[in-house]
Amino acid sequence: MGLYEDLGGEAAVNAAVDIFYRKVLKDDRISRFFTGVDMAKQAAKQKSFLTMAFGGPNNYTGLDMRKAHAHLVEKGLNDSHFNAVVEDLGATLKELKVPDHLIAKVAAVAETTRADVLGR
Amino acid sequence: MPRVVYQGSSYEAGGQSVLDCLTARGHAVPSACRAGVCQSCLMRAVRGPIPEPAQKGLTPAMAARKLFLACQCIPTQDLEVALADDVIERIEARVCAIETLNDEIRAVKVRPQDRFEYRSGQFVRLFMDARTSRNYSLASVPALDDALIMHVRRVPGGRVSGWIFEHLEIGDTVTISEAFGDCFYLPERPKQDILLLGTGCGLAPLYGIVRDALNHGHLGRIHLYHGSRDACGLYLNEPLNRLAAVHPNFRFRPCISEGPSADGYCAGTPLGVALEDSPDLSGWRVYLCGNPQMVEAARMQTFLAGAGSSEILADPFLPSGTEGAPAPNLQ
Repeated sequence: MGLYEDLGGEAAVNAAVDIFYRKVLKDDRISRFFTGVDMAKQAAKQKSFLTMAFGGPNNYTGLDMRKAHAHLVEKGLNDSHFNAVVEDLGATLKELKVPDHLIAKVAAVAETTRADVLGR
Repeated sequence: MPRVVYQGSSYEAGGQSVLDCLTARGHAVPSACRAGVCQSCLMRAVRGPIPEPAQKGLTPAMAARKLFLACQCIPTQDLEVALADDVIERIEARVCAIETLNDEIRAVKVRPQDRFEYRSGQFVRLFMDARTSRNYSLASVPALDDALIMHVRRVPGGRVSGWIFEHLEIGDTVTISEAFGDCFYLPERPKQDILLLGTGCGLAPLYGIVRDALNHGHLGRIHLYHGSRDACGLYLNEPLNRLAAVHPNFRFRPCISEGPSADGYCAGTPLGVALEDSPDLSGWRVYLCGNPQMVEAARMQTFLAGAGSSEILADPFLPSGTEGAPAPNLQ
């Protein structure tokens, strides 16, 4: 069984997406990157991100990640913000009672996108 | 072999997804993840059955509109498709009544000459001529009203609203589109609490949704907040107060955001007053219509107050000048 199945697949993504997005929006360290965004579209993007981080089906490439975050890098997106998102993701999974070893795996998947997200 | 029909052409699907089938023929269909997650490739089925996997993850409102994900849709039978917000049909309708609602808003009632399917809260495009049109939300309820009812605000310098106010007469024939939009009542969860926030003629779709819900015997709370700068901007207070008197689960709160408060009105914006009344919106369905800034702020604030992101249905009334753009509700 893969990580995605261990976590509970799409149902797990659906359970996590609103909790995660609320945490991100309420997080003073990163909320400024979300001002003025189209929330409806953003919720679908958060779902794509979680599906990817959970090891689920996705066809995102590093280039997609770079393009999608380039305007945020211009606004100063850096490691500290990336870390904050990973932290909020971990807190979301903890709230959903996901075991620690799976949370670590999700964090590891998220970690693989760091260089692309930060445009390095 | 099943075929995909799009913009008058028909293609062999050949086991491909609708997205692959159309992009291979040079059609521009928006897409991103191609894995059924991002919902960039939303399309609408005009004719033919939608395979079940193609609607996975869509909200009930989207599924009811026959929307589907083109990247996940491998047709099993012939399927005619359109971009999610393309106007497909033009329908003639006769103006049967024009009523004054307040200083700047009129109700225009039209009867389509053909069978017309819609849900309260959706909008239609009304054509002034072949090139000029605006979207108007429907305040009518299919089961209760024998005409479509639009609330038209006279926009200063507005071409279409000016034409409606100055030239449109009872008995005229006008052209409208089919109904669009996913801001409508869903009867599947009769016990769910419903919050509706609107400004100006954003009341139109909400008035339709409220009456549709009550007509369905909705059991959960239905709380409607209608806002304007002053009392002159509000309308339909009397019928709404009458509904509230008859239905204990329906509450109507007219809100005034500027100047001194008056008897029977709440001081503040619909969003502010609603969040004071109901700070925890977990489990609620939320409808937001009217001023785009209000809609976006309310979308964020009601989400942070606990409403699920897929339970917030919004219809921002964008100003015109964006003609040709997909599905803005130009009022």
